[in-house]
Amino acid sequence: MAGSPEESVKRPPTPDQRRGFLARMLALVCGGLATLPPLVAGLWVVLDPLRRQGGAAAFLPVTELPSVPDDGMPRQFTVIDDRVDAWTGFVAEPIGAVYLRRRPGSQQVEALSATCPHAGCFVEIDKAARCFRCPCHNSTFTLDGGIVAPSPSPRAMDSLECRVEPTGGIAVKWQNFLTGVAAKVVKS
Amino acid sequence: MKQSSSSSSSSRPGKPGLLGQLADFFEDRTGYRAFVHEALYERVPGGARWRYVWGSTLVFAFMTQVITGLVLWASYSASAQTAWESVYYIQHEMAGGWLLRGIHHVMAQMMVVLLALHLMQVVIDGAYRAPREVNFWLGLILMMLVLGMALTGYLLPWDQKGYWATRVATNLAGLVPLIGPSLQQVVVGGPDYGHHTLTRFFALHAGFLPATLVALLVVHLTLFRKHGLCARQPITRPDAMFWPDQVLKDAVAMLAVMAVVLGVILLPALRAVLEGRPIVPGELGAELGAPADPSQPYAAARPEWYFLFLFQFLKVFEGWGASGEFLGAIVVPGLVMGMMFLMPIVGRWDLGHRFNVGFTVALLAGVGLLTALAMREDYCATWIDAAALADVGELIEKTGGDEAQIAATLGNDPEKIRAFATRKKSWDAARHSRAFMDASEQAEVDAARAVALAGRPERIPPTGALELVRGDALSQGPKLFAANCASCHGHIDPQQADAQALLAKTSAANLHGFGTQAWVRGLLDPEQVAGPGYFGNTAHKEGEMVNFVQHDLTDRSIWKPEDIAAVIAGLAAEAGVTHGETTVAPEVALVERGRVLLASSEHCGSCHTFRDNGTAAGSAPDLTGWGSREWLVGIITDPTHERFYGDTNDRMPSFGKAEQGSLPMLPARQIALIADWLRGEWYRPAVAGH
Repeated sequence: MAGSPEESVKRPPTPDQRRGFLARMLALVCGGLATLPPLVAGLWVVLDPLRRQGGAAAFLPVTELPSVPDDGMPRQFTVIDDRVDAWTGFVAEPIGAVYLRRRPGSQQVEALSATCPHAGCFVEIDKAARCFRCPCHNSTFTLDGGIVAPSPSPRAMDSLECRVEPTGGIAVKWQNFLTGVAAKVVKS
Repeated sequence: MKQSSSSSSSSRPGKPGLLGQLADFFEDRTGYRAFVHEALYERVPGGARWRYVWGSTLVFAFMTQVITGLVLWASYSASAQTAWESVYYIQHEMAGGWLLRGIHHVMAQMMVVLLALHLMQVVIDGAYRAPREVNFWLGLILMMLVLGMALTGYLLPWDQKGYWATRVATNLAGLVPLIGPSLQQVVVGGPDYGHHTLTRFFALHAGFLPATLVALLVVHLTLFRKHGLCARQPITRPDAMFWPDQVLKDAVAMLAVMAVVLGVILLPALRAVLEGRPIVPGELGAELGAPADPSQPYAAARPEWYFLFLFQFLKVFEGWGASGEFLGAIVVPGLVMGMMFLMPIVGRWDLGHRFNVGFTVALLAGVGLLTALAMREDYCATWIDAAALADVGELIEKTGGDEAQIAATLGNDPEKIRAFATRKKSWDAARHSRAFMDASEQAEVDAARAVALAGRPERIPPTGALELVRGDALSQGPKLFAANCASCHGHIDPQQADAQALLAKTSAANLHGFGTQAWVRGLLDPEQVAGPGYFGNTAHKEGEMVNFVQHDLTDRSIWKPEDIAAVIAGLAAEAGVTHGETTVAPEVALVERGRVLLASSEHCGSCHTFRDNGTAAGSAPDLTGWGSREWLVGIITDPTHERFYGDTNDRMPSFGKAEQGSLPMLPARQIALIADWLRGEWYRPAVAGH
């Protein structure tokens, strides 16, 4: 049974040994080739998500100007858009939330993403303390989204482009950003 | 690889290399070399043989199923609203999904073939005899587990094929005495098929059955090693080692198995290339039928080919009632399995072994024969000459199938009656086969349509793809028309060869191309208006419209040809039927002129209401919006409404009008589908394929 080590010390190899080597190599090659298709097909499908890209950022109507009083207090609004999830097409689905705020006397609306720049939790507003607070790791932000040190969050809350239509409708450019980094980088 | 590194480290004197050190590190802590040695250096008495490869190829096939199955699992969603949809997504949208599903699907069938070969080899070589009885029994249980996985996997795509086949299979489970109905309910996950049928089948298919299989396979292989290979007698050649001699043969066999699997998947692609058609990856590999629909008949329902023999076997017991099914589906297969379990006992005697071999060969031959019979029943229409049997059909139709009448027609000649009976059998067989083949073809059309609908830019609604199919005029229209309209109306292209013969059988207007200029031109043609394509077979044959077309319209002092052309253009413009074509710019002036004539009390407006021409409703159908979706829905809903035929309506039911306290014959949605289909309005993919 365990005769091979002693044999291989002798050289040159006998034709039997050469045949044995060939058989080994051939067995490995055949076995490897046979196993390849399921592995390749599996990997191909597993990596499919890399081909998929999110939709381009677009201005989405969120609310009307009167719904955002000019008292400096941010208010939470649901963002609604058509959404595709793999094979399903959702029409007018809530896809996320933003905070809108108007400073006293201003017609300008400021929009902040409700996603915490630290780890992506949903930032809540603490009206009594007049600040934003993330329930996950206690990142705290001022009402204009500024960071309150010390904070686990590497940057201020993400502001979103926002415009007030002549009709009074408010549209927000809906974007997601990478979390956990100091720079505000759009997630593609 | 492990083997080569370990041998190199032990053969070279002095300090081992880095790889060798690593190997030694693990060797010291695990003693893996002994395992590897144990695994590879098994003695094969009489040398390696091709006949020993089947067990290894089965393990290989199972591993392939585990790999592909796990990845499929990562993309599959088991619920009635997402199973078909997720499989569609894998097959038609995910990169490489067709190949993954194809390998899983074809290898599953390959496993059944390999099982049969392995079983044959074991029985013929007498490998079930002492001391290998337990391992033989384990093998039989493993076989049933594999068949169980095949059965449960068939349902998971939740398409028509899998759905109806599984309904049959689970209904058969209900035949088991005493516990049958409860067993069925447990397996199905409730009184009806739905979410929990899928989750349960999926848990069986991907969890319980493979886990049991792995556990038993480990014991099977351990016992196999314990007893050693049951060598083919007499041994004439020197012994060899499992590695590399037998492994090489095994590996070549595995490669061959995989080559066959890939061949089956890729053959249609090769055919497409040879025929100059584009290759659509989604159409390769495993097929995906239309989404399961309990409300739609599915005459093409058949189990997978390897269960066809059971399906055919059940037919032997036709006419025996439930006890026959119980016998055919449970008792006899149970006895056969029991017989196989007894093989090691029976095989103790030399004659017993011969009996076992004979039994196995007879069993496989029987399975083969039943499968062939099933195939023949399904496809015999391809070779039975239907034209030569046409007179049989005519005679049966003429006599209503009454035997006495048939005998009388044949002059009560026993010889002729016997010959007729034989020919009637062929005629029946061909008819059944034709029905099956038509249903299969229809199933393919429905499947392709469902896939096209799922690929719409709007994607599949959250309620599932069935919703898309049910709301699709192209696939539902013909079915609804056939079920509700076709007993009177034709939908026959006048250009087709047998159009006149088919039209002669109808009793109301031919609705093919309804709303188009061509249709209106025929209506206003004195030759056609009283023909079977229009009013010929209705009470209106003697009506005012026919009279008008045949007399007034031919009077050139009242109706100039250009005026008739204007009316045709004007009326067709009301319908606005485009059949998906980009609208040809209508001859605006002609249509305008047509509208004037349609409204004018000197012309059409003398009987017909048209827009605000003031003609009272009730004398003839309102031509405002004639042939439009709204107009069609209206007339199908209630042709007796004064806007349409009022009192002069000839036999057409009011499909959408509910009698007191009852439901209408057709729901509004289905009426709209018929209208859309007649008008040729349905989703068309922007580009063929995607």
